[in-house]
Amino acid sequence: MSKKSLAISDPTSLVFGVAPHPVRCGFELKIGSGEVYPELNFTLPTLTISEDLWPTVLTHYRTIASDVLRRALALQVPGIVLEFELLPAMTERPEWGAEITSLLHDQMKASWQKSGLRSALRVTPTDIREQGKPPILRKSDPVRRLLRSFQLNAAAGAHILSIESVGGKEIHDRALMYGDVRGMVFALGVLAPRDMAWLWEQITAICRAHGAAIAGGDSACAFANTAMQLAHQHLLPEVLAAVVRAMGAARSLVAFEHGAVGPSKDCAYEGPVIKVITGCPISMEGKSAACAHFSPVGNVAGAMCDLWSNESVQNIRLLSGNAPEVFTEVLAYDCRLMNEAAKHGGALTLRNWLVASDEWLSPQAAVLSPDATIEIANAIVGASGD
Amino acid sequence: MADLTQLYDAILNGDHKTAVAVTKQALADGAVAMDLITNYMSPAMDEVGRRFECEEYFVPELLLSGRAMKGALELLQPLLAASGATPAGRVVIGTVKGDLHDIGKNLVASMLEGAGFEVYDLGADVAPEKFVAAVREREAGLVCLSALLTVTMPAMRDVVDALKAAGLRDRVRILVGGAPVTPEFASEIGADAYAENASVAVARARQLTT
Repeated sequence: MSKKSLAISDPTSLVFGVAPHPVRCGFELKIGSGEVYPELNFTLPTLTISEDLWPTVLTHYRTIASDVLRRALALQVPGIVLEFELLPAMTERPEWGAEITSLLHDQMKASWQKSGLRSALRVTPTDIREQGKPPILRKSDPVRRLLRSFQLNAAAGAHILSIESVGGKEIHDRALMYGDVRGMVFALGVLAPRDMAWLWEQITAICRAHGAAIAGGDSACAFANTAMQLAHQHLLPEVLAAVVRAMGAARSLVAFEHGAVGPSKDCAYEGPVIKVITGCPISMEGKSAACAHFSPVGNVAGAMCDLWSNESVQNIRLLSGNAPEVFTEVLAYDCRLMNEAAKHGGALTLRNWLVASDEWLSPQAAVLSPDATIEIANAIVGASGD
Repeated sequence: MADLTQLYDAILNGDHKTAVAVTKQALADGAVAMDLITNYMSPAMDEVGRRFECEEYFVPELLLSGRAMKGALELLQPLLAASGATPAGRVVIGTVKGDLHDIGKNLVASMLEGAGFEVYDLGADVAPEKFVAAVREREAGLVCLSALLTVTMPAMRDVVDALKAAGLRDRVRILVGGAPVTPEFASEIGADAYAENASVAVARARQLTT
């Protein structure tokens, strides 16, 4: 652990919208400097991704961007992040992912030039390295495709690069299912950090080479969110899921030790610990991500966020429009309330309500409270050795 | 003669080492394999299932009990085979092509093994022809398909179609599951059943293979 002190040591300074080290990216967007912005994530409806249907795929993404930006302008959002999370086929064939990145970038640019909408595009290639058993994480065709995907997407106009890396997942999956805490510690504390240190050196080098992209962050999604979903189905104890979340923070921090600057990934619920240690802005998801999955942390997750996300929603028709633009509206109103509270000096009060409404109902929520966050962060920076 | 209630307790408590040791001792003392299964091992797994259903046990307890059961069964299998007994069923399982999510599939595979099925896990991102080859090679009676992405759900239909084209559809049952999958979708693609979680998958597997 290279960091030995906290960027935020006072729990009352740990609030939404404000990070000690804000980041500038995209089209004049500054994240973590006082306002919370929506981060809209989207995916395709049931559809085979193939050469034949590729024009249909492009039409979906073109429509999504157009719908979302129109709704954001109608709601006068002060800024927005769009996250394009690549599907496996779009990382397997990096040119496909880059083509979509390019079209999203162009529409966001047009919206900024025409209407002044500040925005940034986060692009998250799929970690496709875990295809064989055992997975080959450093030298294989999937590794080459993954790194090429980062390069092409950076060149095509991505403003923030992220990943949900899977180093150590093979061991963690088995340990989690057998309740083997030593196995989980080994996966999250040794295997995953070794992989992330290597991977994030590559990602930050690509960002440096392309200039316009920043290294966002990683997520313990494959570990802690798996535990969260299994706990939701009563397949694992909730306390175990909370412990995995806390352990996941030390893992996700490695990206920041190797060049990431934030905003961290939305599904990294361990984000508050990252923010406390590094001072970098974070993205979080909660109640407005119910379109994607259940969580017992719907309000508390927003208490310390700098971007507020819906995780993922299919491009399907709802009564008021397509689902991505509908969720743009949901997020816009969530953020508007947080920003208004902050403007009137009520950020801490609203934060405390968001925390209090969840923290006594689930250990997974309790572990995200500001007090628990600071305690976990102190334990991480206080640990001796690497 | 070994105290055979220890076998029951060992399986119930997920104690693999004791389950194996007591089984070895029982066989050495002249116990009949099928009696051990009928009177101690199956009742223990039934109790494990009951505790799981009422949320007293979680998956780790279930899997540890399954592992203890499997350890004891491995000692009995040569004797059972000699007497003509067969496993609960032979299953080929995998996450369909284009999809790398495998923990749900792994969980189902482990629980099927614990329930006495012979399981061939093909992994994730599995092409239809690999399912066909495995069904043919292993003479499986059940295929379990998993998908977590909306864009990989159509690959489930591809597997069903490939099994039809290979002339295997009539001799194999197909069970599907995964977050975006629905019973309607299962029916639409011609699968035999849908399971919303791992424990239901085991129950469906039992129904489909009897």
